[in-house]
Amino acid sequence: MKILVCVKRVIDYNVKVRVKADQSDVDLTNVKMALNPFCEIAVEEAVRLKEQGKADEVVVVSIGPKAVQEQLRTALALGADRAIQIETEAAPEALNTAKLLAKVVEQEQPGLVLMGKQSIDSDNNQTGQMLAALIGAPQATFAYSLELDAEQVVVTREVDGGLKTLALKLPAVVTTDLRLNEPRYVKLPDIMKAKKKPLAVETPDGLGVALKQHQTVLKVEAPGQRQAGIRVDSVDALLDKLKNEAKVI
Amino acid sequence: MRESMEFDVVIVGAGPAGLATACRLMQLAQDNDQELSVCVVEKGSEVGAHILSGAVIESRALDELFPDWKAMGAPLHTAVTKDEVYLLTSATAGKCLPNALVPKTMHNQGNYIVSLGNLCRWLAEQAEGLGVEVFPGFAAAEILYHEDGSVKGIATGDMGIGVDGEQTANYMEGMELHAKYTVFAEGCRGHLGKQLIAEFGLDTEADAQHYAIGFKELWQVPEEKHQPGLVVHGTGWPLQGGTSGGFFLYHLDNNEVVVGLIVDLNYSNPWLSPFDEFQRLKHHPVLAQHLEGGSRISYGARAITKGGFNTLPKMSFPGGLLVGCNAGTLNFSKIKGTHTAMKSGMVAAETLFDALSNSEGARAELTEYANRFADSWVYDELFRARNFGPALHKFGPILGGAFNFIDQNLFAGKLPITLHDRSADHTHLVPADQAMQIKYPKPDGKLSFDKLSSVFISNTNHEENQPCHLRLKDPELPIRDNLPTYAEPAQRYCPAGVYEVVEEGGQARFQINAQNCIHCKTCDIKDPAQNITWVVPEGGGGPNYPNM
Ligand SMILES: Cc1cc2nc3c(=O)[nH]c(=O)nc-3n(C[C@H](O)[C@H](O)[C@H](O)COP(=O)(O)OP(=O)(O)OC[C@H]3O[C@@H](n4cnc5c(N)ncnc54)[C@H](O)[C@@H]3O)c2cc1C
Ligand code: SF4
Repeated sequence: MKILVCVKRVIDYNVKVRVKADQSDVDLTNVKMALNPFCEIAVEEAVRLKEQGKADEVVVVSIGPKAVQEQLRTALALGADRAIQIETEAAPEALNTAKLLAKVVEQEQPGLVLMGKQSIDSDNNQTGQMLAALIGAPQATFAYSLELDAEQVVVTREVDGGLKTLALKLPAVVTTDLRLNEPRYVKLPDIMKAKKKPLAVETPDGLGVALKQHQTVLKVEAPGQRQAGIRVDSVDALLDKLKNEAKVI
Repeated sequence: MRESMEFDVVIVGAGPAGLATACRLMQLAQDNDQELSVCVVEKGSEVGAHILSGAVIESRALDELFPDWKAMGAPLHTAVTKDEVYLLTSATAGKCLPNALVPKTMHNQGNYIVSLGNLCRWLAEQAEGLGVEVFPGFAAAEILYHEDGSVKGIATGDMGIGVDGEQTANYMEGMELHAKYTVFAEGCRGHLGKQLIAEFGLDTEADAQHYAIGFKELWQVPEEKHQPGLVVHGTGWPLQGGTSGGFFLYHLDNNEVVVGLIVDLNYSNPWLSPFDEFQRLKHHPVLAQHLEGGSRISYGARAITKGGFNTLPKMSFPGGLLVGCNAGTLNFSKIKGTHTAMKSGMVAAETLFDALSNSEGARAELTEYANRFADSWVYDELFRARNFGPALHKFGPILGGAFNFIDQNLFAGKLPITLHDRSADHTHLVPADQAMQIKYPKPDGKLSFDKLSSVFISNTNHEENQPCHLRLKDPELPIRDNLPTYAEPAQRYCPAGVYEVVEEGGQARFQINAQNCIHCKTCDIKDPAQNITWVVPEGGGGPNYPNM
């Protein structure tokens, strides 16, 4: 079985995000970028399934400018077999992304599509769901554990305060949550091998998808500055402050 | 058995020295139609993540390495347009020195203001284009030796070892990288370089090495305050009482300004907090006028090897070479180490290439490197500057400065005397009760900041579940000796608040917040008992500097 994993290049989670002076967006100049952590978990899961003999090929796909090839190479070093870059100027909005991915699914005919539940930059949590709808496949989001066989995938999902287990007919779309696995460290020889693995470049035109703008970003704002804390002398003083200053009790 | 890989040359550290070595080696291989396998390991999560520098650089070495660097798009965007040098006489007063009184080595016409991090990222791209394997996120943790004692290569650190020293589920054993020659380009106070210097006695004929700690912040300033190409240097206030150092403030492109303070680590007052000196310095009108209304983007600090010529160790040993600031090639009379680090690497590459071509060479000591280095312009430059640091240490900033003016401007560094300064920096602290306590002003949150909010914007991260990478030879020493005698100076010299003395049930306890470490190496240098050893943490940990 072939597994398709969709991955995104995002600002590294260690970086303290700054908003541009004109509030048009987050400042990405000179900022370290990385593979979206949820996508990395999806790649790890696919590679583990291949190692268990349940899949025979792992294909990774990413959409964006040439720089996304860096993240594709990381995925290849983690163990994916080949990569596809769909060249666009910037990362497109979710619906466009889903439409492009739907075309890749049509071409590749994977048994399973794995992707992160959301990307840590835009936090949309939409693309997996949209893709499932566009290709008419069943979906399971927030996967916590996953069992794959030739016919179906059984997914345990994290839901509010508990777990829920679903069985989906293949082909299916599954989005990963944090606890699905802990991605491995990449090995040096695998980084060298990854440079030689195939990486194809496609374009939205080539795939026959016209990118449409559905939304406009009006403004991006930094969270308000947190006030420094103070130390109070007694429980009474604390209660007094909570009641009379903070007015929360 | 650990897995191993073989290379012709393994280079430790993707700074200017290591990357120049790699690029030059591959150029020579291409020019001579030879196959060469070269790799560079870098402990930062990406190239440039651990690079922090001024930086006004001389392009001399780059001109030689890539004569077309402009057309190739090297990130040297801002030529120096104006040079100002100040002597700050108090918290509010300062004199701009007339050009004629400034030592020649401090003039910057023809130089460029750059982000050294970005320059390294560019050099790494060139190296990869030439066929070098660059591996960021991998720290060289250990030197490997052949049975005959020559260096065989390095081993990268194990990943996935827990705080308790036990393997976690994600454990991955380190790898051995074997090479015909290994080049150590770790920069100031390299953790392996330090071992090599001791192991092979490389410094037996040199004076004790000297260091400084350099702080730097990157600011975005309002358009109307931005003067691209302006270079400001100065000395004096707030440093006092024999503490020497100097500040820099440069205007780059894109409304960015960098500001920094360099404090020599031979200071004697254990109450001194270099971090707080830097924070209050920014309130001086000479600096504040550039920063007011701006916002701080990043913060960091890094030690500087500044001893120069008289302290240079032998740079070759069986199986390898030391290059750049790991050896100490910085020219302190200019506070510039980039061009000399690069050139030392290029000369190393030429020496290595010849040795590899005459294949019998492997493992032998490349004594030829010393000859080639002595014939290069770096040697000449460092020789001329050899008295600069010792003069300041010996005669203080005023008389020493005068000496330097005469030596550098009238004799071009050829004055036929050599000053020596043989005492190591960590021996200079006086007991706390004999030193003046310093009361630092509270940060205002606009120009000055506290340590924690500063470390926060260095984007520092270490996997929490790993053994502490700051090793104490004697764990009791900080509280038993350093606290009563020196009021434990680590609390103040560490720029990241890693060391704290906390009260617990009426008892003092020495706490190490290793996750905050920004890899400056100051603790390894300044601890009066030399009790702290900095070792590499898990690869990828440490700061994530943007364009620093
Ligand atoms: C505040 C400050 C201002 C400065 N201003 C200027 C200036 O204006 N002009 C100028 O020319 N110079 C300046 N310098 C000096 C200049 O930055 C250095 O001389 C130069 O960076 C030295 O280059 P290097 O390659 O030897 O070492 P570094 O630049 O320190 O690079 C060493 C690299 O090796 C990596 N490394 C270290 N140990 C290991 C290990 N064990 N395993 C894997 N990787 C490792 C490090 O992460 C780093 O990336 C300044 C320095 C400072 C601190
Ligand atoms: S712990 Fe040592 S190396 Fe790390 S930031 Fe502090 S002084 Fe520098």
